[in-house]
Amino acid sequence: MSETAHMRDSWGEARLAAALLAVDPGLAGAVLKARAGPARDAWLETLRHLVNEAAPWRRIPAGVGDEALLGGVDLAATLKAGRAVQRAGLLDEIRDGVGVLAMAERAETGLAARLAMALDAAPAPMIIALDESADPDEGAPGALSERLAFHLDLSAVSLSDLNTAPPGHGRESIAMARVRLPHIVSAGAERALPQTAAALGITSLRPPLLALRAARAAAALDDLDEIGEEQAALAARLVLGPRALHLPHEDEAQDDQPPESEPDAPPRDDEANNDNNEPDEQPDDQPDTAQTPDELTEITTEAAQAAIPAGLLARLEAGASNSRASSAGQSGATRKSGQRGRPAGTRRGDPGEGRKLDVLATLRAAAPWGRVRRRGWDRLKSGPALEVRREDFRIKHFKQKAETLTIFVVDASGSLALNRLSEAKGAVELMLAESYVRRDQVALIAFRGTTAETLLPPTRSLTRAKKSLAALPGGGGTPLATAIEAAEALAHGAARQGRTVTLVFLTDGAANVTRAGTGGRDIAQAEAHDAARRLRAAGHAAIMVDVSRRGAETARSVAQNMAARYVRLPAGNPAALADIARTAAA
Amino acid sequence: MTLTFPFPAIVGQEEMKQALLIACVEPRVGGVLIFGDRGTAKSTAVRALAGLLPEIETYEHCPYNSAPGSEPIGGDAKSRGSVVRKPTPVVDLPLGVTEDRVVGALDIEKALRKGEKAFEPGLLARANRGFLYIDEVNLLEDHIVDLLLDVAATGENVVERDGLSVRHPAKFVLVGSGNPEEGELRPQLLDRFGLSVEVATPRDIEHRIEVVRRRDAFERDPHTFCESWAEAGAELRERVAAAQKLVAKIETPDAVLRRASEICMALGADGLRGELTLIRAARAQAALEGSEEMTLDHLRAVAPSALRHRLRRDPLDEAGSSARIERGLAEAFAA
Repeated sequence: MSETAHMRDSWGEARLAAALLAVDPGLAGAVLKARAGPARDAWLETLRHLVNEAAPWRRIPAGVGDEALLGGVDLAATLKAGRAVQRAGLLDEIRDGVGVLAMAERAETGLAARLAMALDAAPAPMIIALDESADPDEGAPGALSERLAFHLDLSAVSLSDLNTAPPGHGRESIAMARVRLPHIVSAGAERALPQTAAALGITSLRPPLLALRAARAAAALDDLDEIGEEQAALAARLVLGPRALHLPHEDEAQDDQPPESEPDAPPRDDEANNDNNEPDEQPDDQPDTAQTPDELTEITTEAAQAAIPAGLLARLEAGASNSRASSAGQSGATRKSGQRGRPAGTRRGDPGEGRKLDVLATLRAAAPWGRVRRRGWDRLKSGPALEVRREDFRIKHFKQKAETLTIFVVDASGSLALNRLSEAKGAVELMLAESYVRRDQVALIAFRGTTAETLLPPTRSLTRAKKSLAALPGGGGTPLATAIEAAEALAHGAARQGRTVTLVFLTDGAANVTRAGTGGRDIAQAEAHDAARRLRAAGHAAIMVDVSRRGAETARSVAQNMAARYVRLPAGNPAALADIARTAAA
Repeated sequence: MTLTFPFPAIVGQEEMKQALLIACVEPRVGGVLIFGDRGTAKSTAVRALAGLLPEIETYEHCPYNSAPGSEPIGGDAKSRGSVVRKPTPVVDLPLGVTEDRVVGALDIEKALRKGEKAFEPGLLARANRGFLYIDEVNLLEDHIVDLLLDVAATGENVVERDGLSVRHPAKFVLVGSGNPEEGELRPQLLDRFGLSVEVATPRDIEHRIEVVRRRDAFERDPHTFCESWAEAGAELRERVAAAQKLVAKIETPDAVLRRASEICMALGADGLRGELTLIRAARAQAALEGSEEMTLDHLRAVAPSALRHRLRRDPLDEAGSSARIERGLAEAFAA
């Protein structure tokens, strides 16, 4: 198949998806991966034409607030009427209509959850999520894309595809398909589609369900009584393929249905003819029905596999052996500090002491009272249009706690390796555990010989932290200054991203390797003190855990220079270790 | 009214179903938390609860679902109408809900039109004697969650605002569900839920096909589907009703009490709450099985749900909490 043919195919199928959505709005919508451009506009136009031009069609900005989304007191109307007038939210307006979520990849999980809730309710809106992400790691939030049947990628569609494409389904054929839809028999697709989904590593059960619906809508469009091979394959391509997490197992997919049974999308001409016939007069014995379910599974699996995006395959092959785990990690990483630093709604309360007045919410709270409160003023024939009293005050509520990063700087030099490296490791593990409970991020720097190495960039993955710690060898000199500088650089970066940084040093403070990597106890020690002072100027909280056996003066003085809390690592006492961990995290 | 998917038609997910049934029988276990992947029938199961619970007797116009013979709230006995039977409420708490809507607020319309200071009850009132369900509980704003847990623990909603002073009973079972990938719940909150279950998507292919088939049948023709499950539903409803009666009569043998303490200690589950929940859940489980005596088997059956979220966190143990609790239980019961 030539490249251009494939592209036209993708445009044709995207339009077919729009037709399927129009036939069965229960398919919930689509994720449309495309930049703003003619292809996207054309697709939306197609959908709008097919769905029902009278149905409400609203754009949902990615940053939409609850007020706009869920409705609330309408300030202007309330002032005018003198009583509380509720304004419908976007979600109310698009019930039975279509909501187009702009820049879906920027939408927060909270918004996705609200939309998902609307999709689960009845009557449900149709949501088209416009995903403009450039990075494969980005994308529409999972809670939302999970519920939307189609994941379409229009990025490869060219202008000529748009112009040369044959006319698609018209509104008449959609209307007729809607009539037929309730009578379509699922046949073998009922087994084949869930099997295909499982073969592709799709764990959720919504996709096969949506695929089944899509196949049925396709059968209705094609004027059939039951889901045939082509419709099942189409549904697999459109619904399951883009969600695949791994390739179907070789032994399952190997068996050779030659590729010609993998349907392209040419049956449009037939349909056009069929549409002129009476809808229900189709012969019952379509050749497709001869398929046993297992054969059908092979066909749908192959079809879905053909639709797996190339980039996805490359990524999967690149070694994400457990793609589930990696996607979970991503969700943590992309969330970053947004979750905690963001404004968290409005509450009643007095402004001041750092609490900010939410002006709009305050006015909104006062507005319904306008007429009552004005009664007193009316006698005087003057007075304010709106009287705001103290009980109306609404303050903005932020989640105060910024995300914190704890950087562990572990001395793995020879002086320690001999004595207490394993105990230091144990202490770090305990502190890691404590940080984890508090949902902090941790990073790990180890220094020995001539260098300080960032073993673990800031992460929440405890398993990784533990592994890198276990693999940490000991021995060599103590380049303390280098280590302090490395820690400061890391802390600086994190602080610029809005994190609160705590540094935990585990060392005896006995520096004997200079920044240049040469020996020399005195110079090294002086450099360490300098570095410590610079770190103090940066203003990060720091803790010096003295890991020497009897307490080292060097560690104490370095701690003083960096204004760090100084604690000694008690020998063989896990409880005391845990206490340190707690103070370190506090 | 839109039909909900019938509870007995849910394929598999036995632990979740068990936990919800226990909460039906013994509301004092203190709420159920359901964590799991997307598309694992979390919401479906909770919303199906309404069809499973016996109807409650209450006044026709009482917004608090007061029991017959109870003190009228707000001093208006006449306007609440006659005693009728209503389905047990299962109230959905939407994300982005305001505090006013949850606890209730001054009825602005009434205040303006009649100059009356009237209280407009919120969702807490509607959920009284029933269930309050929060989907994506981990995304709910913290102050709302705090408020809910507080009310759920005391069984009473106290409103002191707008010059109003209202207290009304709000005894409900809190059910939260969420997807841990979207963010976790604070450990303090975890502990406040009585039972916690983890749901995973079924691995067995026949199982999966059956799920899709049933769900699809339901979506296509809810009426016929619900009818075909009506009998199973009625059976289960009777079982729950019988268990509700039975549960108060069940004694707790000393041996069971002792074993419950041992299990909690062995697993390092903090606090007495775990033990108490364990006993209550086991009692409800016994009642559900129609047994008049609580045995160690009942304890064993509910221990994972009752203790899973109370394990002291050991993030360096790579096994999930489910695996750890199974390990711990195997040890505790081998002893």
